[in-house]
Amino acid sequence: MNRQSYKRDVRPEQTAGMTLIVKTVARLTVGLILIFGTYVVFEGHLSSGGGFPGGVIITLAFINLVLAFGWKPLMGKLPRRRAVLIGSLGISLFLLLSLFGLISGVFFKNVIPRGEAFNLFSAGHILYCNIGICLNVGMGLFAIFLALILFRIEPEDGA
Amino acid sequence: MPELSVLMLILFVIAAAIVAIEIKDLLSSVVAFGAIGMGIAVIFLLLKAPDLAITQLVVELLCLVILIRATLGQKPLEKRSPLFLPLLLSAGAFLIVFLVSAALALKELPEFGQPLMRVSQTYIDWSLSMVRTPNVVTAIILDFRAYDTLGEATVLFTAVIGVLAVMRKVGRKKTKSDSSRDGRQN
Amino acid sequence: MSLYFLCAVLFAIGVYCILTKRNLIKIIIGVGIMEYSLNLLFILVAYRMNSRSPIIDEEWLSGALPPITDPLPQALVITSIVIGLATKALLICLAMRLYEKYGTFDITEIRRLKG
Repeated sequence: MNRQSYKRDVRPEQTAGMTLIVKTVARLTVGLILIFGTYVVFEGHLSSGGGFPGGVIITLAFINLVLAFGWKPLMGKLPRRRAVLIGSLGISLFLLLSLFGLISGVFFKNVIPRGEAFNLFSAGHILYCNIGICLNVGMGLFAIFLALILFRIEPEDGA
Repeated sequence: MPELSVLMLILFVIAAAIVAIEIKDLLSSVVAFGAIGMGIAVIFLLLKAPDLAITQLVVELLCLVILIRATLGQKPLEKRSPLFLPLLLSAGAFLIVFLVSAALALKELPEFGQPLMRVSQTYIDWSLSMVRTPNVVTAIILDFRAYDTLGEATVLFTAVIGVLAVMRKVGRKKTKSDSSRDGRQN
Repeated sequence: MSLYFLCAVLFAIGVYCILTKRNLIKIIIGVGIMEYSLNLLFILVAYRMNSRSPIIDEEWLSGALPPITDPLPQALVITSIVIGLATKALLICLAMRLYEKYGTFDITEIRRLKG
């Protein structure tokens, strides 16, 4: 009796994905993983870290969401087309920073003023390059993951 | 004494590699491949490369997820190829030649623990004073050698475009009604 | 010296896997093993005995601390790892497309002309 009423109350998008325990733990930890990924990106010029591992950590946070909740809830917020768009913006930012160097005549010259070392906004364009690489790597790999996950599922769902 | 622990970890990685290529079940093979990546990450950490350890760890996790997605529900192949014996003989001959030449060629490398640091000495000297970055690896990949990183980003972007082109759905809707797998022609 | 040779052995295991296995997933794993062995060889050559990781500060510049390892091969390998992931993903996508077309991962079956 109880189980039947429980089943009737459950909305259809909540039945996808894994069990309640996994969903609760994923809801609690995904924010922390995203914060850690952002931290790794932003400290790339101060300590070990950088755009590559930070981008992959952010991708892993989104993959965690997809694995726990199914692919439907995330597709409204971050579909594959938008992920590819953000990745393209990332590599465009990197290329734009490299073209800034042409102002003073040399490709990839660091024209942004370098501040004091050991500060967050120091070392010229390295921080901004890290952000661009993070967007490119993270969203590109997430687009690959979405393409792999939706490979068999999407056509029969659209019917 | 990192040399002994690195030696043990490389032996562990070799054992995991043998398991990964010889086991029948595909999922076990993929998990053994994950063990290889994690062992390599620990070796990077012991060899004083923390950037690489972080990157290898998270890349291995993502690679495991993708590989498990590809192998879910697959049956292992039962029978061996009829050409297995000639293949084994030719591969064995090639590998013997390769290992002997590698043993001769690797003698020319510098000894373990004493690297040649001619180019990198310049990078180390200029990293804090000119680039204002304490992390020398970041200074190299984004300031001294930023061309490499631009090429790398281009390669990754090309790979993403390739995946999206291979996995596209164009032309699938027309023949969705017939359920046979081989009926799709476009 | 022996560590370098063990790297060569790891590379040889990858080559053996590519040459003799028939499963596409096994072949992709062999490619990954070869790539990992090359990354490992670069980092083994770069290691300096009794050293620190390549992160420096003023205290290091004053000369009180031990020297740092060779940072250049680390910078080369950190791009190689991410490129390896992207190429492996592309290989897996091609393998899944082949599986959808032929219904198997066996390369001797895939060699057959069909449609």
